[in-house]
Parts: sequence; C-alpha cells; structure tokens
Amino acid sequence: MANLSVNKIIPFSNVDSPGNRFAVFLQGCNLNCSYCHNPETLNKCNSCGQCIKVCKTCAVKLIKGKIQYRSKYCIDCDLCVNACPNNSSPKTINYSIDDILKKIERYNKFISGITVSGGECTLQYFQITELYKLIKNEYPNLTLAVDTNGLFNIDDIKKLIDITDFFIYDIKAINNNEHKNLTGSENKIIIENFKALLKLKKIYEVRTVICPPLINCEKTVTETAKILNCSDINYKLIKYRPMGVRRNICTAETPSDEFMLKLSNLAKKYHDKTVLS
Amino acid sequence: MPSVLKIVENTGLTYEQKVVSLAQHAENSITPIDLTFSERKLITDNIICTMNEGNAPYRPRYIVADFDKLMKHGCKFLGLNPPSDIWEATNSLLIFYKHIPSITTMPVYIGNIDKLLNRFIIDEEEAYKAIRLFLLHIDKTITDSFCHSNLGPEETKAGNIILRVAKELNLPTPNITLKYNNKTSDEFAVNAINSALITAKPSFANDNIFHKNFNSDYAIASCYNGLRVGGGSHTLVRVLLNKLAKSSISINDFMENKLPELIDNMSSLMDKRVKFIVEESRFFENNFLVEEGFINLANFTAMFGLVGLAECVNILTEDKEKRFGHDEKANELGLKIIQTIDELINNHTAPYCQGSNNRYLLHAQVGISSDYNTTPGCRIPIGEEPMLYDHILQSAPFHKYFPSGIGDIFVFDKMYKKNPEALLDIIKGSFSNGLRYFSLYSDDSDVVRISGYLVKKSEIEKLDNNKSVLRDTTCLGQNARESLNVMNRKIRKQ
Repeated sequence: MANLSVNKIIPFSNVDSPGNRFAVFLQGCNLNCSYCHNPETLNKCNSCGQCIKVCKTCAVKLIKGKIQYRSKYCIDCDLCVNACPNNSSPKTINYSIDDILKKIERYNKFISGITVSGGECTLQYFQITELYKLIKNEYPNLTLAVDTNGLFNIDDIKKLIDITDFFIYDIKAINNNEHKNLTGSENKIIIENFKALLKLKKIYEVRTVICPPLINCEKTVTETAKILNCSDINYKLIKYRPMGVRRNICTAETPSDEFMLKLSNLAKKYHDKTVLS
Repeated sequence: MPSVLKIVENTGLTYEQKVVSLAQHAENSITPIDLTFSERKLITDNIICTMNEGNAPYRPRYIVADFDKLMKHGCKFLGLNPPSDIWEATNSLLIFYKHIPSITTMPVYIGNIDKLLNRFIIDEEEAYKAIRLFLLHIDKTITDSFCHSNLGPEETKAGNIILRVAKELNLPTPNITLKYNNKTSDEFAVNAINSALITAKPSFANDNIFHKNFNSDYAIASCYNGLRVGGGSHTLVRVLLNKLAKSSISINDFMENKLPELIDNMSSLMDKRVKFIVEESRFFENNFLVEEGFINLANFTAMFGLVGLAECVNILTEDKEKRFGHDEKANELGLKIIQTIDELINNHTAPYCQGSNNRYLLHAQVGISSDYNTTPGCRIPIGEEPMLYDHILQSAPFHKYFPSGIGDIFVFDKMYKKNPEALLDIIKGSFSNGLRYFSLYSDDSDVVRISGYLVKKSEIEKLDNNKSVLRDTTCLGQNARESLNVMNRKIRKQ
C-alpha cells in the first residue's frame, strides 16, 4: 500500500474544524502563495544536505545520498527547516496507512475526527481515500475532513469526496490576476470546484487570509460571501500574520482590527456566519 | 503556636478569621487523644499530618447533608417549612448552610443545587434573579472556597442558569462540579466548559466511576472529595510519602517495612480521632442534622490521605533521568505503592465507617500551603508535565484507587474558547480511560484553581499589597503560589 508523505501530525488539534481533531499535515503543495506561513510544506525533500550543517543534535543525516531524520534526537529547534533552500523539511516522514491507523487507534476516544491538511493534501488523494475507507470502517463515529486549496481535478478525487464528511476550503482571491500573482496559479478550477462542492453540501468552512496589499480584500470577501449566501457554512476571515512567512518575498504587514471588523461587516451583509480569526 | 494576644492583635485577619483562630487555639491547648510514641514521632517528623483539624475534634471534618430532605420536609430545629417557591428555597438553603459544622466553620458541601432548585423554576428570569442573589450571598458569607456545589448529570434549566450566573459573577465560591455521564447532553457539557474557561468551574466528575464506588447517592465536597450523601468524613489524615521515602534505605525497606508500619500507625491514629468525635465529643447524639436525618452516622467514612507520590518514587529510584510521570518503571513503582497502600488499608477495620464498609477511603490530598517539594496526591510535579495525552494516560490508572478524591488540573490556551467541543472530546476520552476527575481553566482567567480550591489572582495581588481580603483561601493561594508553583502549570495549546 502506498505511503503518505507527512510533514507533521498534531494528535490534538482545536483549530482544524469542530471538536478535537487528529490533524495530518501532508508534504507538498501545488500553489506557492507568497504569504504562506508554512513554506516548509511546499516541496518534497531533495536531500541537498544543507540542514545537516545546522543540526546541533545530529538528528538529520545523509545516508546513501538520502536524508534520514531521527526523531529521538530532535529537539524541535527547527534550525533545519529554516536552513532548507528548497521550501521543504528533513523532518518529513513517509507513513504507511497502517502506521497512521495505529496512531488513530491510540487517540480515537479523545477526538471527533480526522483532518488532513497540508501543503495541499489532495495531491495524495489516492492514499487519503484508502486511509479514510479504513477509518470509516473501523471508527464510524469519527468525522473525516479535508482542508484544501481547491486546486484538484474533481473527477480524480471523486471517491475522496464521497467518503469525506466535509471540506475546509480556501478562497484566496476572487480576481484571477490577483490569484495568479499571489499563488502562481489561476483560480478558475478552484472556483468551479468550490461551487461543485457547495452543491454537494460538502463544505463546512471557507477561509480567506486577509492580506491587504496582495489582494483586494473587500472584493474577495464580498464575492465569497455572496456565493455562500446565508448558508450554514462558516466563513472565516484569517488575519495575516508574518509568523513563518518568507519575508524576502512577502513584506506585508498584519492588517488592523478595524480593517478586519470592516471586512467582517461587509461579508455579513450577504453571509451572517462570518467569523474573525 | 501563636499566642491568644498575637491572634487578637493580628491586623491581617478579619474578625471572622480571628474567631476561628482563637477557637483553634483553645482546642489545641489540650491533648485529650493519647498517642503512642511511634504515632507522635511520625507526626513530629512530618510524615503524618493531621491537617490542622485540632487536638480535640468535636465535629466531622466533612459533612454532606441531604438537602433534598430540607426541600421536601423543611427543618424543625430551624423552624423552616418546606419551601414553596424559588425565593423560599434559596432562603432556606442559605439559612441552613450557616448551621453546618466543619473545621473552618463553613460548609464544604451545599448540595446538587440545580436539582434542588429546578423544581421551583416557573419564570426563568425570576429564577435567574433569585439564583444570582443566592450565589452572590454564598460567596460573600461562606468565605472559604472549599465550599462545593454539584450539578447534573442531566441538563436542567436551573443548571444552565447557575452556569450563566457563575460566568457573570466570576467569583471563587462556591466551587462547582458537574457530575458527568452519558445522560449529560453535549450542549450542557459545552456550556459547563465555557464557564470553566472563564471562571475555572465547574470541574468534571466521572459519574460512572463514582457510582460504582458508592452504589447510591454521592456528592463531591471540599476540593474533590467523593462522599456519601447524608454522611461525610469524620477526619482526613495524610501521609507525606516523600518524607517516608527519605526515611527508607531502599525500595525493599520502603515496601516491606516502612509502608506497613506507617499504615498501622496512621490507621490507629485515625481510629482514635474517629472514636473521639463519636464517643467523646458525642456529636452524633445532639446535633439537629442527625436528629432530623439530614446526616446519619451509618453513611460516614474517614479519609486516608496521601501526598508526594512523585517525589517518593524519585527518591526511591535515585535516578534523575527516570522520573515519575515519564519513565515507565517509575510509573509502575508509583502504581505498586498505591496498590500496596490500598491492600493494607483494606485489611484494617475502621470504626464508625459503615458508609464505606468499615474501611478508610483513599484520598489523593491536594497539598497544604506549607508543603515544599511535595506534589499533591499522585500528580506529576508542575514544570515536568508531559504532553496532554500522555499526561492523562499516565494519571488514569491511579484514579480507581481513590473514591474519596483524586484529580488533575489542566490549563488551556484561551484559543480553546473558540472550540470548547475540543475539550469535551478530551474529557470524554479521559473518562473512557478511567480518569475520575478533570479540572480545567484558561490561561487568561482571573479565577484559577490552586490545588482543589479556587482563588482570584487579583485578590492575591491585594494580599501582596498588604490589604486584607474576604476569603481565607486567598491566603492559602498566596502561599501555594510559592510553595507549590501553581501559577506555572503547563499551558495546553493547539
């Protein structure tokens, strides 16, 4: 069975949708947002070895040309992640589906469900679908969620959509040019997929990062709220914060509380379930 | 011991606190209970501690009155008829509370107040006003946050109003426990968690486990003590396991010699104290609570307390790397010590303890303000707490041995206020793994849990500035801040 390339697992997460969730962050992304706050999830490790030079506890080693990560020596200082020239992390681990199931077995009485996130998790849709089938069978009480940027081929991931209880969906920019400048990709497919999942009533929450110089926030927020149109879906406006961001490519500042409130009020004209984060 | 004049002249004490101190001083001027040399030595060496109960106990330490009886039949001694509306009900309870003895003079249990009051709720806004005044009155007159009320398990209108008022008032007294089981609705439990994240109460009691221990009605009194309704506990004496470990030359000496000797001495000391209350002070012969059936000697027990298991294990293993709370073998030794204590106290016939089949009940004592390098009960020391999941699973196996109280306190990042359902999942998981009692508060709360009781941080600041404060427990909290490091609990994030 295929492995999942995992950046990290947070066994108890309170920010990845309702209840306590077992959150799996997969490695690799098909967008490259300039404001990305975890750019170390963007690419797979190419074993360049730069991280070895900064690791003080010898937790990363190059063995037969491949980076090996030894978690028992790691002190989580993240110097290796910061030194990576490839927007990756030597701490990425390939887990078999069985490995992840064993972890879930440990925590299952403490959680409402599983959320896979990223990076862009749907890049590994086949493995997630297999994992979710097994979880559904073993732990029918757990809800299964997918946190996505929306850039996927909807036909490819049909089985994943069927088995997933709900999606958390990013709308980064409504305007195509803005989206392209921000992420490197156009948003046509993303908006289409968004509407398709809405029709299927599979969306639990929509998120927009509020980063004023990079997008016309008023427009994106208003148009997204119009699409959501008083449904019971959460619309979360996330204040941009520079933590973890590559400051050499994104110099934006955190927007003010007043601005966030103004946007929230704008959105609420069309969609009452708008919240600030 | 302070002289009478010192108490009288102490400007840091309120009038009520002086009266209590003077009474304690008088009680401690006599020693009517004869102790053996070894019992006395264990006390002098601070291995056994009688918890400031006094030399001549003249009332049970913890009284858990049957308030349902008051609601149904009133009280002849106090001239109270059965209440007919919410105002009479709250008024009768407030009168009754002032006549419940304890070692602080203030009641440690004031009823499953939602169930007591729910039957009187007709107009919810009127009930809200009555309950708000009721809880305010309690905080201002029972100036000791060991005073404990219970809620649940089922959701009621009164329960929701009590939680609403608790959040609004944001006061330490009364302490609240929600008895939680599968009949407790998720909505009510989440409402309780929202309250706890603001004002550090209620705590959650695992109703299934307590029911198994007590078969019938039980209550959570004082810090988190499970006791039978209509009964209570004559006394609480505790052993400082860390001090006992220091007096041992090896693990074997501790297990084979010191522990059995300690149990023998402590049991006999407790026997004497219990017998003194029943046979010499003759409390049960003339108190109206007994005469009218609010309490019954047959429902009483006495509590065998212990503290410092973590330090005890760390002293015995003599390995700085393999510490209690983290190392499997250290945890196993801790559990073996508790199992041995449990077996030994079950071999002892306890007088006047029919409420617990004539056995003393184990109690994981939460510490007193003079403790130093002594972690409460079986807890992991503050500053060494593992990840939340590991912490819960380490702690849970100890809980079944402590019917009369054990519990863990967790501080959560304020982000959890946005997702209280996540905490409910954690509580459900903890209880399904055998945890008996779960306390929580948020890192931005003013009301915080010290070891079992609650204080306001802003009130401790007043004390720091030499201003007198209403509640005696604030003074205990001020001391515990230094001695037990309680303001530095690990904050649980994500």
